[in-house]
Amino acid sequence: MEFGPHLMLASLEGAVVAAVLALTAMGLSIVFGVMRVVNVAHGEFYMLGAVLAWFVTSAIGGHPALGFVAALVIAPLLVGVIAAAADTFILKHIKYDPDRTIVATIGLLYIFQQGTLMTFGPDARPVEAPFNHRLALPWIENGENGLQMFWPWGLSITSYKLFVIAAAVVVLMGLWALITRTKIGLIMRATQQDSETAQAFGIPVGRVYSLVFGLGAALAALGAVLVVPIQQAHYLMGGEPLLLAFIVVIIGGLGSLPGTVVAAVLIGMSDGIISVFFSPMVAKIIATLFVTMILIWRPQGLFGKVIR
Amino acid sequence: MKITKTNMTRRTALKGFGAGVGTLAATGLLPGTMGFAQAQSSAPIKIGFQKHATGVGSSYGRWYNATTQAAVKRINDDGGINGRPVEVVIEDDGTDPKRGAEVLEKFENQHKVDVAFGTLFSHVVIGSAPRAAELKLPYFVVSEGHHVASGMLNRYTLQPGITDVKSQVQSMAPFVANNLGKKVAMIYPDFAFGHDHRDFFGDAIAAQGGEVIAKIAIPPSETSFTKYFPQIPRDTDVVYHVMVGPAVLTFVKELGEFFGPSRPEIFGFIDSIEAVDIKSPGLEFLEGTYFWEGNPRHAQANNSSFDTNFRAAVGVDDRGASLADSKDVSTYAHMFGCWETLNVIKAGMETSGYQGSADRQKLIEAVEAMTDMPHSDDHPQGAKRFNGKTHQVFGSQYISKVTDGNLVVEHTALIEDGLYEDEVDYTTQSF
Repeated sequence: MEFGPHLMLASLEGAVVAAVLALTAMGLSIVFGVMRVVNVAHGEFYMLGAVLAWFVTSAIGGHPALGFVAALVIAPLLVGVIAAAADTFILKHIKYDPDRTIVATIGLLYIFQQGTLMTFGPDARPVEAPFNHRLALPWIENGENGLQMFWPWGLSITSYKLFVIAAAVVVLMGLWALITRTKIGLIMRATQQDSETAQAFGIPVGRVYSLVFGLGAALAALGAVLVVPIQQAHYLMGGEPLLLAFIVVIIGGLGSLPGTVVAAVLIGMSDGIISVFFSPMVAKIIATLFVTMILIWRPQGLFGKVIR
Repeated sequence: MKITKTNMTRRTALKGFGAGVGTLAATGLLPGTMGFAQAQSSAPIKIGFQKHATGVGSSYGRWYNATTQAAVKRINDDGGINGRPVEVVIEDDGTDPKRGAEVLEKFENQHKVDVAFGTLFSHVVIGSAPRAAELKLPYFVVSEGHHVASGMLNRYTLQPGITDVKSQVQSMAPFVANNLGKKVAMIYPDFAFGHDHRDFFGDAIAAQGGEVIAKIAIPPSETSFTKYFPQIPRDTDVVYHVMVGPAVLTFVKELGEFFGPSRPEIFGFIDSIEAVDIKSPGLEFLEGTYFWEGNPRHAQANNSSFDTNFRAAVGVDDRGASLADSKDVSTYAHMFGCWETLNVIKAGMETSGYQGSADRQKLIEAVEAMTDMPHSDDHPQGAKRFNGKTHQVFGSQYISKVTDGNLVVEHTALIEDGLYEDEVDYTTQSF
């Protein structure tokens, strides 16, 4: 394939990766920002979103769009509830101690993963997309009659992948509106800034923490529901998103939401483009190298605030 | 009357008692401690099944287990091996080479099995086989990798129930070159099994006057594939694909989406859709494409009674799906290997008069002496020919075309089409 169309294909694939990654990493970033805890089980919440989406779409017959819309609402909600329960019954009791939280969330990771293996099984199961059409994409070249459009062989995207990109943008804007314009968002930001003072002002910090933990997990689950018609639901699918989400959050700056979005776009697009022109291994090496450089020269991340 | 005071104290009495028991035990006369090596006992023959219960091979592990249980039930219903029942001990290797070696240690040291069997993924086989040799544990793999016959492994590792990749691609190359095209773009997973495809098909198609114009290696744990397809050259006649792992459906779907309506000829290995329903949404483009099948998933018009009996025993229907759930498609092209391997183990144990682990070398020698295995209920995939020197079996290969959503066999390659020169003679190696 010629360079131009090849680059376009790489960019589109990268955009899909970036979209899902932005949602997943955002969940992790919110949890860290407000609660200051590292949730190693975050990838498993993502996986649970995909698996629950499969259960919902299998239960609801008829047109795949019906099942999909139901899954889009039900799966993140259920995962959020599970996460909030985990916070109430486990994390609160260990008082959010950093080391203990890491160990506890590792335990949750194994419980969710093996529990899914025992019930859902080891197979990867597909979920049908609500709609999916192949769209051949045009490219412009300088032909005999000046600038002309033509349709290069293999250059295409599917309508569903475009939907994923658009949906992620809409959800992120909604999240931004929630955090900056609503009372709940205000309470979350207050708790993030100074939880002791917030408590002195009568904010139920414990309940805010459960809400935030649930919200973070629900965002990851939402990303998974969007991606599951493209990939399939599989009990091991949470591993790579966890790693990438951590990379994004570290590069973007722990606790900075705009930083997370910028880093997700950066990592997603570079992963897509480098993978296409070189190899996915090189793309992962470069992403990890970037994390190392950030940790050495700007440990607070691109947009993070330095704690003085 | 003189009462002689003996020197009997509690301590001496206990020592004497212990010595007496020890002597009896050593002679094997003490009830309950009879050595199994000596008598024809009804203690079970233990077969250690190294199962891919978790990890990337877990779909295959599930069906390998179903087939193993069915085969063992049939053997036990028939009287067992040498009058003894067969017991299967299962351990999960996580589709991981290091775990595989540890599982073999557990089989030998903890479970005290007679033989180990059942591994599929090539990197796990390569990681486990050296340990089997160190433990002197016969290791019957069901893997398709060429490593057994290449001489890379050892005299304790055998593959008598399933053919290997070198033989398979050699049988396929004439059909591909003569019917589909000469310029081939290959897509394969980037590990031992995929490398076997890359290396041997390149040689085989060159011998037919064809050429591999692109080699695209994809990590087996990959989840999104579109980014690889731009590497397929524009002038490709045939796309040759083989993929493993949980994401195979995504792979095939995205291949179809990439080409759209103007696709070249496509020749795939059924591995790319094992455990996946060919009628899945997004796979419509497979209509008119070709697949290598180890064992035809859809029962053909002239099906043998052996295949029918096999399906009934394992619990799959005429489309290779579970009788309990028609959407639950099996790994039909591979799992027959477990059934046939267990029957070979039985035949070997009966020929060698196997009684216990002291007879392991005799068992291996008995299997090495095997040659032709006719098409039968013991070997439902087809007749086989075993090469005792290379420890590898040879059999028929099937090429099917997707016609109206069904896999219809168009060409059957015979055993002779897949034979190649011996690369090793394990029988000259010591145990």
